[in-house]
Amino acid sequence: MAEIPHLLVHEHDDNVGVVVVEGLSAGTDMLVCVTHDNSTFRLTSGADVPIGHKVALKDLKEGDTAIKYGEDIGKIIADIPKGAHVHTHNCKTKRW
Amino acid sequence: MASKYSNMTVRAYRRENGRVGVRNHVVILPVDDISNAACEAVANNVKGTLAIPHAYGRLQFGEDLEVHFRTMIGTGANPNVHSVVVIGIEPGWTKRIADGIRATGKEVAEFSIEQKGDFETIRAASWAAKDFVHKATEVQREECSISELWVSTKCGESDTTTGLGSCPTVGNMYDKLLPEGITGFFGETSEITGAEHICQKRAINEEVGERWHKMWKAYQDDVIFAHQTDDLSDSQPTKGNIEGGLTTIEEKALGNLEKIGRTSQFIDILEPAEAPQSGNGLYFMDSSSAAAECVTLMAAGGAVIHTFPTGQGNVVGNPIVPVIKITANPRTVRTMSEHVDVDVSGILRREQTIDEAGDALIEMICRTANGRNTAAEALGHREFSMTKLYRSA
Repeated sequence: MAEIPHLLVHEHDDNVGVVVVEGLSAGTDMLVCVTHDNSTFRLTSGADVPIGHKVALKDLKEGDTAIKYGEDIGKIIADIPKGAHVHTHNCKTKRW
Repeated sequence: MASKYSNMTVRAYRRENGRVGVRNHVVILPVDDISNAACEAVANNVKGTLAIPHAYGRLQFGEDLEVHFRTMIGTGANPNVHSVVVIGIEPGWTKRIADGIRATGKEVAEFSIEQKGDFETIRAASWAAKDFVHKATEVQREECSISELWVSTKCGESDTTTGLGSCPTVGNMYDKLLPEGITGFFGETSEITGAEHICQKRAINEEVGERWHKMWKAYQDDVIFAHQTDDLSDSQPTKGNIEGGLTTIEEKALGNLEKIGRTSQFIDILEPAEAPQSGNGLYFMDSSSAAAECVTLMAAGGAVIHTFPTGQGNVVGNPIVPVIKITANPRTVRTMSEHVDVDVSGILRREQTIDEAGDALIEMICRTANGRNTAAEALGHREFSMTKLYRSA
């Protein structure tokens, strides 16, 4: 891959991806790579997001389920626009 | 079927019971906390020995005491240990631990402090330790098959990069080496929460899967729900995990489970510090997710090399088992490179495949088995943490 991806996504069903570069700023035209088959697409970041943190791949609504690895990783507890930061302020475990 | 891994060999130490070790320690092992000072004095007197002080060993009872004995005996019995001087406050439990280690066939000398005092105990134990060092330093490494290694794994300071890079690297290694006949360990009972349905399916058969689920459920009921305050969100995931971008225990668990690869199945489950009895293959050990506790238990179970994926940069080591650190996080490589043995950050840049990273880890396992000191060994990380199930009497 000639260009280094900004965001990695495990599976096509996922609705969140992981920032894999340092210093990502809002408005970046991100190269997104789905590791399952190395397919790519582009997405504009909606916030400054630290390396390792997640970005919404589509608009998410309160009550939705966050999907990563093709699996349920918790519930969305506040509306999140596509490209925005997803973390403890808007996503929570369903376990405890 | 022969693969490119089938003929790999390492130069290691073959012990009396046939097991293969990759280090050659003379250990000075305290039975209990109040014997630490005597053990440390012996280790100071006799160069080339290793005292392993710890916090417990008095007035424990029931299953908690059994875990203590298994951890002590297993540590001494580990093939990375050439011989052991055991020191306890009184002769009863001292003998029990010494005899447990002796069952491997290795040399053990035992001493107890009551009715002698520290001075006389240290004098006598120092003579035994010096004799062991002379013997240990004359033992030669010999050619052993890679299949004879027992390799454990547990990740720490995980973040989202561990699930993308370092954990799948370990999983790829297991997918390649378990078919060759190595013995593997994974565990971290609380940290499978959120992926327990997936983990159960990785058991070799339904019976093992059902026993696994019963063990996992018992931890949930007896420990988490019995002791939680409002929630566990400050402990699982940890503050470090959250800083690294992990939001929920489900997300952490799914990344954690990447360590057993795509095809590996576990053949049995182990109590904390229990040695495998069901032959070669992968085992799940019921264990804490705290790094030092988990590595200590797996070392006591007989693992001779530990593979440790980290995201944010856990620095843990172990006194007797080399801990190989693997990270895919480029920030951790940049800021903490002295702790990193295998850099797989190329996976995130899509410059390195998981298959290539797995091969790089296998190469580092061989080099470590041959004698290369890991980052944790070079930096003096010797964390030895006993698992305590409940309050002492």
